[in-house]
Formats: sequence, structure tokens, C-alpha cells
Amino acid sequence: MLLGLQTKSLRATTPMEYAKRFLFGGVVTVVATLISKRFGPVVGGLFLAFPGIFPGSLSLVEKHKSEREAEAGKTGVLSARGEAGVEATGASVGALGLVGFAVVLWMGLSRGFGLGIVLTVAGFVWVVVSCCGWWVRERM
Amino acid sequence: MDLLLRFLIGGVVVSLFAVLGDMVKPESLGGVFAAAPTIALATVALTMKKHGAGFVAVEARSMIAGAIAFFVYACAVSFVMIRFRTKAAWTAAALMLVWFGTAGGLWAVWLRR
Repeated sequence: MLLGLQTKSLRATTPMEYAKRFLFGGVVTVVATLISKRFGPVVGGLFLAFPGIFPGSLSLVEKHKSEREAEAGKTGVLSARGEAGVEATGASVGALGLVGFAVVLWMGLSRGFGLGIVLTVAGFVWVVVSCCGWWVRERM
Repeated sequence: MDLLLRFLIGGVVVSLFAVLGDMVKPESLGGVFAAAPTIALATVALTMKKHGAGFVAVEARSMIAGAIAFFVYACAVSFVMIRFRTKAAWTAAALMLVWFGTAGGLWAVWLRR
């Protein structure tokens, strides 16, 4: 299996889809802030890991795969949904990384470390846990 | 002003991770970016400046529960979509109850004390 970055996939996304992502990202961030203000950090913190843009991302994967299949003269609806399911599997692995990120953030700040170093280590842990989880998942 | 800044930062961070997720191949690895710590990265610095490290640490402890709920939710979406080939938007939206249920359950048994 080849790992890599493909810029051509970016052309499949329309300006409106980019705008929607930006809008959803901003709205979810603001809503998480308002929940934290209204109900306090214990409830608000839950929403730092809210999968707000996940349904939209999954729909885009399904839509783009369907379009590629249509261009190739196939119907491809079931295949597109299967590909979106695979994307969701990747997200489950990323969520394990998110657990690692939150643990480092919690422990680091509780012990008085600076935010810069804590976020750097937490980001590194997210990458390592996610990549290791993905590697293990691919071999199951 | 604070909310506008959070909106802009949140929009930019989410868009950046979404673009990365689109570019990374294979798709299963690209999917990892759908669970990037985008909201946390967008808000933590501003929250820390306003409320201090103690407040953010409490949020981060709750974020662990939210992330566990995300894991359970994404597994459920993946299983249903691969097994039954249901429509992505409806599946992800309907199963959002799994996230709320898991997060609420963890809040009740762990965080509320």
C-alpha cells in the first residue's frame, strides 16, 4: 500500500464545499465555547472532541467517489458508501489519537507545564497514536 | 470579538485538517484527520488566556471522555456503513446519538463526581 499526498483530490472539492467546511468549523468552535461558558469546563470539555464536521466529511467522500464512478460509467453508490465507511474506520483510529492528545493536555497543564510545550507534545502524541493505530488496523 | 476570533480560527484550523485529510492516501489514513484535535487547537490558547491553566486542564480531562465517545461513534458509523452500505450523511447524523450517549454516560459515572 502506497502512502502519499495527492493534490489532484483537492480539485474535486468545489469552492462552496470549502466554504461550508470553514463555516461548520467556525460554528462548531463557537458552539463549543458557548457550551463551556454556559455549563462550565466539565461539560464544555466534552465538546472539544465533538465530531461536528465528521458527518460532512463523510458525505463529501461518498459524493466524490460517486462522481468518479459516474465518470467511469458506473453507478457505484454502494462502492462509494463502502469507501466512506473506510474513512470512518480511519476516524476511529484518529479518535484514539485524540484520547492521547487530551491525556497529555490534561496531565501537562495540571503539572504546571507551559501551553506551548504541552500542545507540541500533545500534537506529537496524536500523530504517533493515530499512525500506529492505523498501521495495526491495516494489518488486522 | 472573542467569539468572532474563535469562529475564524476554528474555520481555518478545521479547513486545514480537512484539506490534509483529502490529500493523504490511502483513504483510511486520510480518515484519521476527521478526528484531529481541531476544536481544541482553535480554542485552548484563547481559553487559557481568559480563564487560566486550571480551567483548560478541567476541559482537557472532559475531552478524554469526549474522545472516547468519538472512538465509539466512529466505530459504529464504520461498522454500519461497511456492513449495510447506508447513506453517509444519514448514518453519521443518526448515530450521533451514540456520541451523546457515550459522552453522557462517562460524564455521569466519571466526570460529575
